Amino acid sequence: MDAAEEKAGVSALLSAEGLNKRFGAVAAASDITLVFERDSVVSLIGANGAGKTTFLNIVTGYLRPDSGRIRFDGHDLVGRSPREITGMGLSRSFQIPQLFATLSVRENLLLAEGIAGAERAEQATDELLARFDLEPYAARAAGLLPEGIRKLLDVAMALVARPKLLLLDEPTSGVAAEEKFGIMDLVMSAVRGHGVTVLFVEHDMDIVSRYAGRVVAFYDGRIIADGPPQAVLRSDEVLRYVIGEDVRAAA
Amino acid sequence: MKSIMARDRTVIALVALCAALGASAWLAPQWLVFLLAMALAKGLVVLGLLLLMRTGLVSFGQGLYFGLGAYAAALLANRAGIGDAAVMLLAGTACAALVAAVLGLLLARYREIFFAMLSLAFSMILYGLLVKSSTLGSTDGFNLHAKSFAGIALGAADARRVFYGVSAIAVLSVGWALHRYLGSHWGRLSSAIRDNELRVEYLGASVYRVVYVNYLVAAALAGLGGAFAALAVGHVDPETVYWTTSGEFVFIAILAGTGNVLAPFLAAAIFEALRTLASQYAPNVWQMALGGAMLAIIMFLPGGLWTLLKRKPA
Repeated sequence: MDAAEEKAGVSALLSAEGLNKRFGAVAAASDITLVFERDSVVSLIGANGAGKTTFLNIVTGYLRPDSGRIRFDGHDLVGRSPREITGMGLSRSFQIPQLFATLSVRENLLLAEGIAGAERAEQATDELLARFDLEPYAARAAGLLPEGIRKLLDVAMALVARPKLLLLDEPTSGVAAEEKFGIMDLVMSAVRGHGVTVLFVEHDMDIVSRYAGRVVAFYDGRIIADGPPQAVLRSDEVLRYVIGEDVRAAA
Repeated sequence: MKSIMARDRTVIALVALCAALGASAWLAPQWLVFLLAMALAKGLVVLGLLLLMRTGLVSFGQGLYFGLGAYAAALLANRAGIGDAAVMLLAGTACAALVAAVLGLLLARYREIFFAMLSLAFSMILYGLLVKSSTLGSTDGFNLHAKSFAGIALGAADARRVFYGVSAIAVLSVGWALHRYLGSHWGRLSSAIRDNELRVEYLGASVYRVVYVNYLVAAALAGLGGAFAALAVGHVDPETVYWTTSGEFVFIAILAGTGNVLAPFLAAAIFEALRTLASQYAPNVWQMALGGAMLAIIMFLPGGLWTLLKRKPA
């Protein structure tokens, strides 16, 4: 058992220790050490390019870190493929929804159920369509859906494998302001009671403070704040490097 | 519900086509029986291409497996002295599948133009070997004869028709099997790979495995088609492996579209009929006519001829 895991005790689901990743001169991750408890909802915040998505990509096996270790539910993740990692119970959604554009919404979910080895895939798909309010779109090709619906479908597909840890990359970006809470409510109600730990990258601080029990702030590939939302969102560095940046970008 | 109806229609059409072909084996003139036999043989190869295209891949080298199937069947008859057509068909299929099982390990890693050109390269290697091989008749090839079909002796003209009739049933059964395959989880997975490989991997499925299996199935179908064509023609030569033969299969596949398993057989029949007519009445311009037809399909029917049929019943 490594140091990070020992510190967190048995409740740690995911622990990253000393992750480094450079793209040329850019340090996308500098000595990132993080521990995530089971059943927690954590938000990763930071300006564009701060290293949030890089962290997700390293954890899910899409990128290999230059150095560092990742433990997930008793497994070492570094060097494993996204497919293997998915099989261990770690799923993700994408900032730009990754769907099967020519297949219908129903077929998208049915396929995901099939891959996950669901015994009654048809029935499970119907339930999922109902739970995510996707029934009106069931027969439509995924490539022709409005962005908000594409986002929902993307998240629904990530949930099909009944993961222990769900990573959401900007679940509400590109969605109309009035629909953002609706999407998050649907996601949270879907994972609640299933013991799913949720990590989500988010730019909307209203969403962050409403849904996250803990916030981790990234800046320049480093972690500049980590703790309960009230504390992190008011810390000087976060105000300056994360929220300040957002205000300027929005203006 | 709708998809079940559509599936039933395909099965009904397959059974009807089977009956029609069976009847034509007795009623049609000899030249038409031959034309239909060639259409079925090429339809099988194109059926394999349809599967690859559903997976997002185009092979310009299916001639490799078509030729392997043809030569395997011919060698069995000519060198090993086995004259049973059913055994030859099985041998052609198995030989193509075996070679694909090895080449597929490499090819399943490639996509798009790299996949297309690499498959072409392998087919041209075999072409080169066949042309150099004087024991296999070099560019002239050699003849073969089937003496029986699944134990039933062939000799008189009627027996040849038995061979075509039974083969039609076998070929369309293969079409039905592929239809079921495409409608299953694996078929959906193939389309998903064409759409988004990243997501397939992130859902926990192996893209490589699906591409490999589909490549193998397509090769086996091409091998069966090749063996069948060799039996129908009674002769094999390196032309079966040449890149123009592979190109012809891609041509028929585009003509057909990937909408339905019936489309390859329909398109192959149209192609063979066109070629028969054109070579008789316009021997010098028929390739130009083919070019024109291809242009028209790509511009006006990018989904292939099948889209014409699909619009009507809906």
